[in-house]
Amino acid sequence: MHVEPVGVGLGGHSRESEARVPVVRRGGPDTSHGIILYVEGLTVSFDGFKALDDLNLYIEDGELRCVIGPNGAGKTTFMDVVTGKTRPDAGTVFFGQTVDLTRLTETQIAQAGIGRKFQTPTVFEHHSVFENLELALRGNKGVWHSLFARLSGEERDRIEEVLEIVGLTESVHARAGLLSHGQKQWLEIGMLLVQDPRVLLLDEPVAGMTSRETERTAELLTSLAGERTVVVVEHDMEFVRTISRRVTVLHEGRVLAEGSMEAVQNDPRVIEVYLGG
Amino acid sequence: MMGPWLDRLAAMHSRRGWLTTALVGAIGVIGVPALNIVPPPDTWLHIPDYVVMLLGKFLCYAMVALAMDLIWGFTGILSLGHGVFFALGGYAMGMHLMRAMAGEGVYRSQLPDFMVFLDWKELPWFWYGFDRFWFAMIMALAVPALLAYVFGYFAFRSRIKGVYFSIITQAMTYALMLLFFRNETGFGGNNGLTDFKRILGFSLQDPATKLGLYIVTAVCLLLTYLLCRYVVTSKLGRVLAAIRDAESRVMFSGYNPLHYKLFVWTLSAVLCGLAGALYVPQIGIINPSEMQPAGSIEMAIWVAVGGRGTLVGALTGAMLVNGIKSWFTVVFPELWLYVLGALFIGVTLFFPRGVVGFLQRFSKGGGSCTSNR
Repeated sequence: MHVEPVGVGLGGHSRESEARVPVVRRGGPDTSHGIILYVEGLTVSFDGFKALDDLNLYIEDGELRCVIGPNGAGKTTFMDVVTGKTRPDAGTVFFGQTVDLTRLTETQIAQAGIGRKFQTPTVFEHHSVFENLELALRGNKGVWHSLFARLSGEERDRIEEVLEIVGLTESVHARAGLLSHGQKQWLEIGMLLVQDPRVLLLDEPVAGMTSRETERTAELLTSLAGERTVVVVEHDMEFVRTISRRVTVLHEGRVLAEGSMEAVQNDPRVIEVYLGG
Repeated sequence: MMGPWLDRLAAMHSRRGWLTTALVGAIGVIGVPALNIVPPPDTWLHIPDYVVMLLGKFLCYAMVALAMDLIWGFTGILSLGHGVFFALGGYAMGMHLMRAMAGEGVYRSQLPDFMVFLDWKELPWFWYGFDRFWFAMIMALAVPALLAYVFGYFAFRSRIKGVYFSIITQAMTYALMLLFFRNETGFGGNNGLTDFKRILGFSLQDPATKLGLYIVTAVCLLLTYLLCRYVVTSKLGRVLAAIRDAESRVMFSGYNPLHYKLFVWTLSAVLCGLAGALYVPQIGIINPSEMQPAGSIEMAIWVAVGGRGTLVGALTGAMLVNGIKSWFTVVFPELWLYVLGALFIGVTLFFPRGVVGFLQRFSKGGGSCTSNR
C-alpha cells in the first residue's frame, strides 16, 4: 500500500510530506571526488543547548573513521542527523555529491545505503536470529511484496554467509532476546551487513563485549573498510587505536582535532578536554 | 507454479495445528447445525435455537477479536475504537434490511419508518443503492476501510503512538456515537435501525434463516482466521511484530512503518465491518450504543484475557468472556461490570499472556508465540 505524500499544510514536522527526492540505490551516491559524506555547518540545539555547533566533517569513500569525544560532545547527535532521526536547525549532510540526507526520511536514508547500529543493541527480540537477518535483508521493502515474499536460494545463502561472519551459525534458530549482550551486538552488525549498505555508522559497537569479542569485532570492521565506509563512535581507546587510521575528536559539537591516533593523542587541546580529563 | 504456493499455505500451521483447525472448524460449521436439526428437541444432544443464536453472536465477536489481535497483539497498537468499525458494518447491513422491506413498515411508506416519523419526503442521497444487497455488503467493508485509512494515515504519519493513540480512538468512537444519536444524521437516531423483515428474501423470523446465518458466520470466521493466520505467518507479519518490538530498527532497515501500520489497521477495520454486517441480521437491531466507548474497551479485554499475539487466544477470549457475560447478566446482572473489571485486572497481573499463554506454558514448557509457530 503505497501512500502518495499529499503536501497539504497540516503543520507539524511530517517528513512524509517532503518533496520527492531521487532515492539513490546501487551504483549509489556520486563519490567522484572521493568523499562519501559531506557534513557542513551542521547545527542542532535542544532547548538552547547546542548539541552540534557548526560541525564540518568529511568522510572519504571506503575509509574507517573513528569519532571520539567526551560525553555530550555530539557524537550520537551527529549519527542521528545523518540517519534522519533528528533534523538539524542548520547545515547540510550530503551523501556523495547529490543527495541531501537532511531532506530524506529514516526509511529513505536506509534504502539509499546507510546502515546504523545503535548504542544499545537493538534487535527484534521476539524473532529468531534467522528472522532478524531475513527482515534486514536488502530487497523490496514494500507491503505487498512482504505479504507474498518467499526467500530465494540466493538470499538464504547470503544470510548463511553473514551468520558465519558474525559467528552466530549455531544460534540461528535461537530467539534474539536470549542472546548474550555481545552476540546481540554482532547480530545487529550482521543485520547491517545483509542490508548491504555503502556506509555503516556504528555507535559503540564493542560496549559490553569481552576482550576476545572486541578483538574479533576489530578484525571484522577492518575487513569491511575499503569496500564500504565505516564510521565508529567509541569510548574504548584501546579499540580505537587498533582499528583506526584516522580519528576525529568532537568537543562541544565541533571538531576539535582530526588526524592519526598518535597525532590526536599528542594534541594539547585534546589532552586538555578529553584524554587528560 | 502452484507448488510453492501450496507449500506456503501448508506452512501456516504445524500438522497438529491444521488438524485442530479442521476439527474445530468442522464442529462449528457442521457439528452445531447438525445437532440443532437432527436430534429431537427434548434429547440432551439437541442444541436449542437460542443457543445457536447466541453462538452466532459470539462468532461475530470472535471475528472482532481476531481483528483486534492483528493490530494490538501483533503490531502493538492498542485500538479502543474498534466498536466504530463494527457498528459501521452493522449499519450498512441494517440500511439494506430497511430498504429491503420498503412499503412494509408501520406507515406502509417506501421510506424507512423513522424517516416518515421525521416527516422526510425523500430518501437522503447516502441511502441510495442500499436496496441492493451486494452494494450494502461492499459498503459494509468499504466504509470502515475508508474511515480507518484516513484516520490511520493522519495518526500514523504524525507518529502518534501508545496511549495517545488509544485515547484518540476512544474519542473517535465517542464522537461518532454522538453523531449517530442525532435524528438529523439520518440513521434512525438513538433507536437505530430495527424491525427487519427478511434478508435476500428469507424471513428473519424463520429458524431456518437463523441457522443459515449462523453457518455463514461460522464459515466467514473460519476464512477470517485463515486469512489472519496467513498474514501473521508471512514476512509482513514478521515486520508487524518487529514494529511492535523495535520500530526504529524497522525504519533503519529500510521499511516504512506507516505503510505497514496502515495496511494492518485498515484490514482490521474491514474484518470488524464484516463482523458487524453478520451480527445485525442475527440480533435484529443496530443502534449507536454499539459505538459506546466501553464496548470498544471490552473488545480489548477479550483479547487480553485470551492472550495477545496468538489469534487462538483472541478466539478463546471472545468466546470465554462473552460466555461468562451471558451467564452473569442473567444470574447477577448488577455484578457483571465488577466481574469484567476483576477479570481484566486479574489476567493482567497473573496471566500477562492470557489464558492461551498460561496453558501453553504447561503443555510445551514455555513455547514461544512468535509468528512462525
